[in-house]
Amino acid sequence: MAVICLLVQAATMKAYSQTTNVTLSFKNATVKQVLNDIEAKTTYHFLFNDQDVDVNRKVSLTDTKQDINDVLSQLFKGTDIVFRIEGKQIVLTKHKPIARPIKGTVKDEKGEPVIGASVVIQGTTQGTITDVNGNFSLTAPANATLNVAYIGYETVKMPVEGKTQLVINLQQSAVALNEVVAIGYGQVKKSDATGSLSTVSSKDFNMGAISSPEQLLEGKSAGVVVTSNSGAPGISSTIRIEGGSSLYASNDPLYVIDGVPILSTTAAGSSGPLSTLNPSDIESFTILKDASATAIYGSRASGGVILITTKKGGKKLSITYNESTSIATVPKTLNVLNATDFRAAVAEHYPGSVDLLGTGTDQTSSTNWQNEIFQTALGQDHTLSISGTTGKLPYRVSVGYNNTDGILKTYNFNRTTMDVGLDPNFLNNSLKVHVNLNGTYNGNNFADQSAIANAVSMDPTKPVFNNNTAWRGYTTWTQNANSNPNGAAVALGTPNPVAQLNLTDNTSTVLRSIGSVSFDYHVPFIPELHANLNMGYDYSESKGHNNVQDSTAWTNNATVAGGYYNPYHQINQNTSFDFYLNYIKQINPIRSEFNLMAGYSYAHSYSSITDSTMNAAKTAYSAVATFSPTAVNLVSFYGRLNYTLMDKYLLTFTLRDDGTSRFGPGNKWGLFPAAAFAWKINDESFLKNSRVISELKLRLGYGVTGQQQINQGDFPYVGSYQFGDSFTQYGLGNQFITTVRPNGYDANIKWETTKNANVGLDYGFLNNRISGSIDVFNKITDNLISQVPPAAGTNFTNSLLSNVGSLNNKGLDFAINGTIISTHDWNWEVGYNISFDKVKITKLTSSNIPNYSIPQGFIQGSSNDNAQVFMVGQTPYAFYVYQQVYDKNGMPVEGVYVDRNHDGIINSSDLYCDHSPTPDAVMGISSRLKYKNWDFAFDGRVSLGNYVFNNVAANSTWNTVLHNADYLQNVTTQIYQTNFQYQEYHSDIYIQNASFFRMDDMSLGYNFGNLFNQKVNLRLSLTCQNVFVITPYKGLDPEINGGIDNNFFPRPRTYVAGLNLQF
Amino acid sequence: MKYNKLFIATALFVALVTTGCVNSLDIQPLDPKLITADVLFNNPANYYSLLAKCYADLTLCGESGSSGSPDISSSDQGVATFSRTLFTAEENGTDEILNGWGDGGLIEFHNQDMSNINTYDLVLYDRIYFNIAVCNEFIRQVDSRLSTIPDSIMGNVTQYLAEARYLRALYYYYAMDLWGNVPFVTEKDAVGAGMPPQIKRADLFAYIESELKAISPSLLPANQNPQYYGRANKAADWMLLAKMFLNAKVYTGTSDYNDCITYCDSIINAGYSLHPKYSELFLADNNATCLDEIIFPIVEDGTHSQNYGGTCYIINAAEGGTMNPSFFGIAGGWSGNMVTSTFIKKFSDPSGLTDQRAMFYNFNYPSPGAGQNVTPTPPPTSATAFTPTLAVDKFKNVTSTGAPGSNSTFPDTDIPFFRLADVYLMYAEATVSGGTNGSMSLALQYVNDLRTRAYGNTSGNITSTDLTPSFILDERGRELYWESTRRTDLIRFGEYSNGDYMWDWKGGVINGKATSATNDLYPIPAADMTSNSNLVQNPGY
Repeated sequence: MAVICLLVQAATMKAYSQTTNVTLSFKNATVKQVLNDIEAKTTYHFLFNDQDVDVNRKVSLTDTKQDINDVLSQLFKGTDIVFRIEGKQIVLTKHKPIARPIKGTVKDEKGEPVIGASVVIQGTTQGTITDVNGNFSLTAPANATLNVAYIGYETVKMPVEGKTQLVINLQQSAVALNEVVAIGYGQVKKSDATGSLSTVSSKDFNMGAISSPEQLLEGKSAGVVVTSNSGAPGISSTIRIEGGSSLYASNDPLYVIDGVPILSTTAAGSSGPLSTLNPSDIESFTILKDASATAIYGSRASGGVILITTKKGGKKLSITYNESTSIATVPKTLNVLNATDFRAAVAEHYPGSVDLLGTGTDQTSSTNWQNEIFQTALGQDHTLSISGTTGKLPYRVSVGYNNTDGILKTYNFNRTTMDVGLDPNFLNNSLKVHVNLNGTYNGNNFADQSAIANAVSMDPTKPVFNNNTAWRGYTTWTQNANSNPNGAAVALGTPNPVAQLNLTDNTSTVLRSIGSVSFDYHVPFIPELHANLNMGYDYSESKGHNNVQDSTAWTNNATVAGGYYNPYHQINQNTSFDFYLNYIKQINPIRSEFNLMAGYSYAHSYSSITDSTMNAAKTAYSAVATFSPTAVNLVSFYGRLNYTLMDKYLLTFTLRDDGTSRFGPGNKWGLFPAAAFAWKINDESFLKNSRVISELKLRLGYGVTGQQQINQGDFPYVGSYQFGDSFTQYGLGNQFITTVRPNGYDANIKWETTKNANVGLDYGFLNNRISGSIDVFNKITDNLISQVPPAAGTNFTNSLLSNVGSLNNKGLDFAINGTIISTHDWNWEVGYNISFDKVKITKLTSSNIPNYSIPQGFIQGSSNDNAQVFMVGQTPYAFYVYQQVYDKNGMPVEGVYVDRNHDGIINSSDLYCDHSPTPDAVMGISSRLKYKNWDFAFDGRVSLGNYVFNNVAANSTWNTVLHNADYLQNVTTQIYQTNFQYQEYHSDIYIQNASFFRMDDMSLGYNFGNLFNQKVNLRLSLTCQNVFVITPYKGLDPEINGGIDNNFFPRPRTYVAGLNLQF
Repeated sequence: MKYNKLFIATALFVALVTTGCVNSLDIQPLDPKLITADVLFNNPANYYSLLAKCYADLTLCGESGSSGSPDISSSDQGVATFSRTLFTAEENGTDEILNGWGDGGLIEFHNQDMSNINTYDLVLYDRIYFNIAVCNEFIRQVDSRLSTIPDSIMGNVTQYLAEARYLRALYYYYAMDLWGNVPFVTEKDAVGAGMPPQIKRADLFAYIESELKAISPSLLPANQNPQYYGRANKAADWMLLAKMFLNAKVYTGTSDYNDCITYCDSIINAGYSLHPKYSELFLADNNATCLDEIIFPIVEDGTHSQNYGGTCYIINAAEGGTMNPSFFGIAGGWSGNMVTSTFIKKFSDPSGLTDQRAMFYNFNYPSPGAGQNVTPTPPPTSATAFTPTLAVDKFKNVTSTGAPGSNSTFPDTDIPFFRLADVYLMYAEATVSGGTNGSMSLALQYVNDLRTRAYGNTSGNITSTDLTPSFILDERGRELYWESTRRTDLIRFGEYSNGDYMWDWKGGVINGKATSATNDLYPIPAADMTSNSNLVQNPGY
């Protein structure tokens, strides 16, 4: 270094031959003062550009008489200013320094080399990236500054200061960490994402006693509707991302846990595909919404993709213990006639049948059956996790235990989980390994949930027990029940709901393990190249039974009242193998970055179920044991190019070629392309300095995805024969002959194809204090699987799934998040999202006959009636009903409907589509308020324009009370709204507005900070879940998945005390 | 260099796995229950299993348990059986049934205001065409393998082939009867191929006739050998021909009573005789006791043939309210079917003490004749409330010795689908209606044979002047009620829709009203109109 400086000086000096001596003496003066002094003492004038020469620099010069050249050399020593004496003028100019080779190493905060970090000379487009050892070398002027950047780290500006060997330490960026999002086979800075996606991380999760992970997401993301399927603990939720794009095939998203796609189907004996995961082990969800984001998952992506990232080990030892205790209460029961009203109603409407009423000495015995089956239930949840780094091995180990009772008596969900994450590095950190192993033991008691309906129907004048000996003491409808409680049961008589709960053993245990190992190898001789290998498995085994003791009047299958013995056993195996290469190349002269990924994937899934039903004594089968194994294989090739120009214009192309064993020759392979463009408008010069707009990114995306989960088994294209069991034989010549049937099939069946166009805008104001996005999408599903009747006689079924329909789904999603207050003591963040979604069936059959409809939505209580339809031009599951006629007092006139087509006859051509269960708009609202150590938060949701068929009300007619002459049934007080004699299932009076606002949770917490010499951090919280619901709906709960409300398992109101300890 | 090696090794590994896995897309079904045609027909015994399916389609709904692995989709697999919904289509629109359930689709039958989206109309149509498709499959597969079938079983297979063709003809007969002009598919059409043409009712008549005549030589002989019980023999073939010719005017526009009489004669001369006790024809052991009279049964069994159609439906739906299920041999009924008061009045004495065919629960329980003093039943004030006073106890799941059937939900009672009594009445009707090769005295004798059995003596016998067409229609009701022939009979006599015969709640009014002649045919379901553009809907729908 010293040598080089000398050379430079020597070169400078050689240029000047003229000599003038000047005497100067300055101590800590500015350059300007020196120059002025020289001008005063000599005849020279200085010429220079103010911007080049720093005249305010402080210098000291020794008190000697020196040649002007020596003085100036001394004055500008160590700067880039050179001087040239031209006559009486001294011209000062900036010297263009000579670039010199510089070597350096980039390390992270752990001291590990950072591979692939970009090193760019500031103000230029020149740069390089670090190799496998974190080393780089480039040529740069001694005075240059290097910008060193790596995704997830704060960018470091490092001045060279003449050095030739640099060590640059990067700090992980808290902000950037959150902004890196998984996109499937890689990750990207959120600001560089081109697709429509949203991330929900642990800090945003819903609070309370949450036993199934999907509920963490309720209301959190625009366009993502999460509906819990019932109020049972651990129960799965139905997730719809930007509405559905299918009618018969799956609309469920693809779940990918740490790179392993898991089965989205629910195994027998399990509450749901995610119910075996401990929500505490989840770091974040990334929801890929539009096809430009999801197309990388090809034929499984039409329902959207949810990438789940589990928590990882950190550097410092951290022990966390979370505990919560919950009390679940019954928020509401249905208003049924009480014993007094019921006696009066029977006396009025069926005076001949009053002797069926409960006797009791004073004629006032009464039972509130709903109170008998529901309870206040306790739950507990514990998670202990330890994370840190031992030696060079970062790890996280967690153990979780959840045990929650349902508010339906005997219902129980318990789960023990263990999760291990390891992140070792090998080969000088060029090989990064991530191992995740998850094991779950899950126990369920599903109870007999038909007790909920029967608690509504059971005669309130009857006691729970009536001292009989034939029916285990439980009051049972027998012939002449009052005089002969031990008599033969009335076949259709309402089962005693308390007996159903107590005598049913419907339990299961599920063992499940999900594991993955991923290798990220930084190829040493091609520093731009990463090779990734992910291998994963998902194995579950569930064993359960739904057994009922004998002497139970409602079990009539194999033998009358003989109970049930129904064991089942299911095994699911899912393995996946993914290999992909990732090549990132910056080409600075054209200010471009290419990020190219190409890979191959293989997935195999196998499942088998064994099932049989006998009577409790195991003497007679009603369904013989069957063993049904099946398998699917998927082979895929995929690639993605992300091209970034000037760090402002981003282009993404993806292509996936998917092969599946599910479809026949000619249909096995499908191509799923997508393209997206994003423009970071805020980086344009006209916005770059804006203090208001901190982010503005326009996104355009288009892509094609598929849906191969068509719910028709794994071999829908294969023509096959099936032998019947021992109950489906036919007697010929006094022998019973086993039958064999040709099965219906469509040899040409294949996946549905969804084309999706999306326009989105991500915005951020005031340094992203306010941020959000707006997306508009249009999805068209072609080759829609529709259940069409094949022309009669041409196939071995009357209902064939075929690719003949089309569906259109348009919508708008808007999200805004803001920090309203941010001071030292106060912090208040709020989030709001709204989405609008219009789904319409545009084609159902190959020949579009008007008003052709496919019935949906079976009406409970009817023998063969449906409440909903699929019909062209309508939302799927639109209600299909008659228009009720009302009298002048506003009371409905029974069985009188509007002749909508004016043909003088009221028949099925007067049915019309009246609303649907699909809401017009859904909103999510959340708030997080902090004051010093206190925090208060709530999350709520709004759904507007969703309708429900109130099946419970539809069965509340006088005819229900005495449908058959030998037993009575109770009804809800909704009977007074219609006073109908008979079931009028098709009246639109039962299509009821079920819009709602639900306060999902409210939570108050206090953080005690560091206790015990800073060793322990303690936070306590109180949460109420399902705080209140505001709705015009007249039934129990407006949020009914599928839209047919028939004795719903109520969602409990739960109070949770939580404790969070961190060591 | 070690990196290079690692990289190359990885690349090789990946290449290997990749090529290996692409082939994995050709996997075959693993489920041992799903087998391909070549494997199936490799075993000669399986020909009989597929033929058994053609038969089982008369009353079973699927391949697992009472409703599992269904043949056709329906929200109620009981409804999806041929035996049950044919019963509905033949009975519910007539004087022989009122149904207490009030389901919209069932009310449309009784009100005779059927819509083209009626689910029962659809499910019966789908069931019949499923059955035809299975028969076609049998014929197609066997025809294509005739050269490979070992001589040792060739005779059997030829017989099976004739039986499959018989069953196909039987299913087509009902398609012709219920809907008139219908889609026409044979074994020559490939599976899943397009839209079949619509055949005219008269052309279908000719096709069925030619089929029945062509297969007759290959069928089992017309006898009552228990070894062949349940299988279609020559008598079953003649019976179907006789039924066709009796209704020829309806189906083709030209009556053909002579052919009817010819085939009736063939059956009568084949050795069948009336079973001495009428009530035993409808009991759980009728498969053992009534072979003298039953020509072609639908075989039911509570242990081996479980289904919610057939006699399970007929017996369970007939029981309800305060009635005693054990009298019916079942655990408890469904409070569904009863008769109209109009029908009860067909019996001058409904108590069953004189004409024992009057099997009305109100009079029979707890002992025959118990309710004999009950005043004539008035029309029910509701068409859809189950009323035990109108209940029928003709079919029961108890044996002739009073023992209950093997299962208290699924009866052992077979449906005596074709029986000699019907042949006697067809003979009489064809003769009275102008058939020239019949004998009036024989006709009178056959009718009196039935009445002698019914009364236990000759006190109910009639004279030749009584033997009018309208008497025969009433007598068919008394003899054959709830045996799935009433609608066809009423249509043949012009009394089904707009005739002057009224019964309770016909047309949806308590005392009955004439309805549109449209109802003499059911609508081709809208679903098939959509799937098959060759079809022309029946008038009025």
